[in-house]
Parts: sequence; structure tokens; C-alpha cells
Amino acid sequence: MQIKIDHLTKKFPDTTAVDDFTMEFESGKLTALLGPSGCGKSTMLNMLAGILPATDGHIYFDDDDVTDMPPQKRGVGLVFQNYALYPHMTVLENICFPLEIQKVNKAERIEKAKEMAKLVHVDQYLDRKPKELSGGQQQRVAIARALIKTPRLLLLDEPLSNLDARLRIEMREEIRRIQQETKVTTIFVTHDQEEAMSISDSIVLMKDGILMQVDKPQALYDDPNHTFVASFLGNPPINNLEGIINDAGDFELKDHSATIKLNEKKGIKGEEVILGIRPEAITIGPDFNTKAEILERYTMGKEELANIKIGSAELRVYISVDHDCKKGDVIDLVLRNKGVFLFDKASGKRL
Amino acid sequence: MAEAVLKSKKRSSSGIFNTKWEPLIYLAPFLIGVIIFTLYPFFNIILISFKEGYRQMTGAFQSFGFDNYVHIFTDPYFINALKNTAMYVGFVVPISTALSLFFANLLNQKIKGIGIFQTAFFLPMVTSVTAIGLVWKLMFNDRIGVINAMLGLFGVERIEWLLDPAMNIWALIIYGIWNMMPFTIIILLSGLQNIDPLYYTAAKVDGASSRKQFFRITVPLLAPTIGLTCIINMISASKVFGELFPLFSGRPGTAYNLFTMVYYIYYEFNVARHLGYAAAASIILFIIVFVFTMIQLYVQRRWRYY
Repeated sequence: MQIKIDHLTKKFPDTTAVDDFTMEFESGKLTALLGPSGCGKSTMLNMLAGILPATDGHIYFDDDDVTDMPPQKRGVGLVFQNYALYPHMTVLENICFPLEIQKVNKAERIEKAKEMAKLVHVDQYLDRKPKELSGGQQQRVAIARALIKTPRLLLLDEPLSNLDARLRIEMREEIRRIQQETKVTTIFVTHDQEEAMSISDSIVLMKDGILMQVDKPQALYDDPNHTFVASFLGNPPINNLEGIINDAGDFELKDHSATIKLNEKKGIKGEEVILGIRPEAITIGPDFNTKAEILERYTMGKEELANIKIGSAELRVYISVDHDCKKGDVIDLVLRNKGVFLFDKASGKRL
Repeated sequence: MAEAVLKSKKRSSSGIFNTKWEPLIYLAPFLIGVIIFTLYPFFNIILISFKEGYRQMTGAFQSFGFDNYVHIFTDPYFINALKNTAMYVGFVVPISTALSLFFANLLNQKIKGIGIFQTAFFLPMVTSVTAIGLVWKLMFNDRIGVINAMLGLFGVERIEWLLDPAMNIWALIIYGIWNMMPFTIIILLSGLQNIDPLYYTAAKVDGASSRKQFFRITVPLLAPTIGLTCIINMISASKVFGELFPLFSGRPGTAYNLFTMVYYIYYEFNVARHLGYAAAASIILFIIVFVFTMIQLYVQRRWRYY
């Protein structure tokens, strides 16, 4: 099912949680609503579910305007952050509950529930109570309960944040698998960029209730349209250098302590800009145009990182193991084409 | 040096301090009170219940055995007291619990001015059962009482609540139900407020009606709390006395027909001066309450699923 959001706004007495959102969610895809805490992504989800009324604007499921439709009529399955499994019911009863409300006969709903339990791999725990399950298993039960009524849209609110690190990786792949098996249009909320990058078909990046950018995960990383997008994605984070474009069209640090030659001239000069350099976007070699001093070098697992200094600016970059440089050395480097972005300082927009 | 330390330690441990008896000194004021006013009377009353013709002043008695028990179980007034108490408990506890659940659920809504309603419902808790009993006595009055006046609007004929022996117990039960509700509502309301509202959101997304939510979510999650109020209310209803006394000006019903367990104990002790009978009746009441409590605790433990 395709979801269209048209100038959707949600105002609370003292804040605007979602500000004039217009976008489309692709049918049958897994979309992540990504953003820092308080950016309005959960509000967005609750409006899609129908739990929160919209202040302004419209939501369309295919061609139906569902803006004022109560949650039970929208055909959405919702998985809560802490699962909200009914503690007094067994796993089977929990999964059955949505069908029990729809007055589906008992034999049929038990059969369907068992099918769902099998899909999410909890079929051996049907008689247990939620508290007898691990967090990951509870999550699976919650997903089965959301899926049993064959929703048009599956919504997951921070589905992995209550799990420990190892389970999280396992569960995110499970969510991916379940989504691909069922082909249900799925939207999930997360503040973890790695989570969003690893399993979603596309990412909606939000900040302060405003839609920053929607794109495929890799495209969002490779081609951010705003300094916030560039900074939010990527670990280690992008290096942001403040400065101006000099007369030659190159980047000059604010205190004029260094100039970095840009591969791509934007045809502007004198403007205040932010130069974003991804850690992997430099090449070191002799006779390159920019000098940098190595401040520190360290290894994090398989990665070789270094803190370097260009003029007065400090950067964290990847250094190939082939380069035999150590602390205090001065190296020559050049920027690559990919992973280097120029943003307008005032608006933050990509130049 | 070491000797000095040893010495000073020894000196401080002289007397009762720093021995295993020391905590007893601090506990003594409380323990003495409990022993004098609870433990001693409890065991003494067991003894007295076996002493026939026991006299309070001299401590003399005629024989030691089950005579008092034989007497009360052949006393029609005691049998009547058992029946009345059972009927009172049987009606008051379930009805007041059900009504309290209904009102607690209403009081748990987020609406304007809910504080006023909550206060109004809890107010009876801070009033005196005797004073309110006198008001109810007036309300039950068959000529000028408001209850008959209201029933009259629906065409119900005048009921002699406090005069007709057959109606006496119903007057007591109605008053008892009303009297028990505030406490029950408070406990149930606190139980309701402990239920995560997310369960209701989840149920709403699935389209559960409020009826369905109430019976499939609220009641099961509240079951332990309901069980708790049932135990407490059964115990307190078994001891009904304060409600009875003002309604009939100190008499147990119009024609001595409405003895309750505690009224029987009071009557044998204070009016008839048969201390042995009063003691035996007390022990029977204790056993009944004890057994009820055990059953309830067992059921409640099997009920609690989370």
C-alpha cells in the first residue's frame, strides 16, 4: 500500500512536533524514520497509526483519506517500543487477540496464530507468558500480534532499542526477513543511523519536525543535501571545517591557517561555507597539495584511524595500513571526489 | 596498646549493652504493649472459652471443657447470628466490590473536575460509621425517609425497613454496601492507575471496544487487587457491628432477629454477662475469618499470572 502524506502538521501546546511534511512511502518497502530524539518521528508514527490526531494536512492510504479515521479502521499493525504484550495472556492468546476482537472463530484464529508464530520463530513458546520470554522473543511475539490481522501497514516504534547489542543485530535482520517474506509496507522509527542504514529500503531523515531528506540509505550517505544529513550519518562522523571560498575558488580555513584545494569548483567566492570531509575521503601520497600533521594514530579493530591537523583544523580520518607514518609526521594528502561536500554556512544547504 | 584497646572494648560491653539482648531494650516498649493488649488477651480468651461459668472478678469457673461451645451451637440466637453474618458477607462483599470496580473505572477517566468526584467518593471514609449510621436510620425511616420517598416515585409501596423484621437485614446490607465502597474504590483506583495505558492503546489499535478492554484487560490485570480488597472486606464484613448498632438504636434488629457474630459476642459479654459464651463465639469468629483468609490467599496465588 502506498502512503501519501500531504502537508501534515502536528502542533503541541508548546512545540511543533511535525512541521508541514509532504512525502510518499513506497508500497511494500521497509522505510526508516530516522532522527535524533525529539525530532518528531514517533509523533509521525502515531499519526500514521491514528493514535494522535493531525493538526493540519492529510494522510492517504492508497486513495483513501485516513486523516480522521480511527486506528482500528486503518488496518495498521503497531509494534510498541516496550512491546505492550498483555502480561496475563499466553503467547498464543496475545497473538490471537486482534482476531478475537474481530470475532474470528476460535479454531481459525488459533490456526492463523500458529502460522504467525512460525513466521516469527516463536512457535515453541505458545503456552508461555510474556515475562517468561527474553526481550527478543517478546519482540517477535509483538510483531506476530501486529501481523496476524494482515495489516496494510506495519509500524514499529523503536523496535530494537530495548534489546542488547547482539540481539539487536539479530533482530534487525529478522525484521528485514519478516518484512520481505510478508511484503507488507513497513515503517519503523529509530534514532540509530546504523540500524536504519543496514535494513531499510529508504530512510526519511527528520530534524525538529522537519523533513530533511528522503532517499535510499547509500544515496543519503553519498549525496547529503544538508550538513545535518552529512553529520548525522556515518561513524566515525564526517569532519566539518568552517571557512570561506577564496579568490582561486579553493577552501580557506576561517583563520587563514591553511588552504585546501577543491577538486570541484563551485564558481563562487568569498562565501562562508562548511567543508564536510568523510573520514575515508582522503588519499595520502607524496607531492599532494595539502599538508597535514599526524597528531595520533590508533587502531580500532580492523580500522586504522588517525587524528590529523590541517592548519588549525583537526580531522579524524582513515589511513591505509600501507602508509608508514607515525605521530608527529607531516604528510601530503589530497581530497577524493566522493565524500567531500560543500555546504552553505548560513542555511546548511549543500552548494 | 593492644591491651588498652581490649580493655576499653570490655568496659563498653559491660551490662546488657552490646549483647544479644540489647535489641530487646529498644523493642521493649512495643513488645510490652503487644503482649499486654494482644497476645495475652488472645491466649486468655482461648482459655476462657473452655471455662464454664467463668467469673471475671474472681477468675473462678465451674468446669473446663467444651460446654461453652456446646451451648452456643445450640443457642438459636447464635445460629441466627451465624446465618445473618454469612448473608451480610455474601451480599455486601461481592456487590460493593462490583460497584466499586464500576465507579473506580469512572473515576480513572481523564475528565475535567475529576478531583471533585474523587473527593466526593472518598469522603465517607473520613466520617464516623455511627454518625453516618444515624443518618441512614433517618433515610430508612418508613414515613419521612428519603429512600421510601424515592422508591415511591417508581410506585414502590412503603417499606418498613427498620420495623419489619424481614426487611431489617436488607437495610443493614444496603448501608453496609455503601459503607464499604470508598475504601474499595481507593484500592481499586490505585490498582487501575498502575496498569500501563499502553495496553489500552494497543487494544484500541486492534479495535477493542471499551467493554472488551474492560473485561479482557482491566479485570484480569486488576484481579490481584480485587482479590486483596475481597479478603480485607470479607474480614471486616464478618465483624459487622458498627453499622448495626446505630440503625436499630442499639438493638439487633426490631425483634432481636438480627444478631451478628460480633453483636452476639457484645451481647453475651456486656448484657448477659456470660463471659464463657462470648469467648467461645469469639474463637468461632476467629476460625471463620482465618479459614476464609486462607482460602482467599490460596485462590489469589493461583490467580496471579504475572
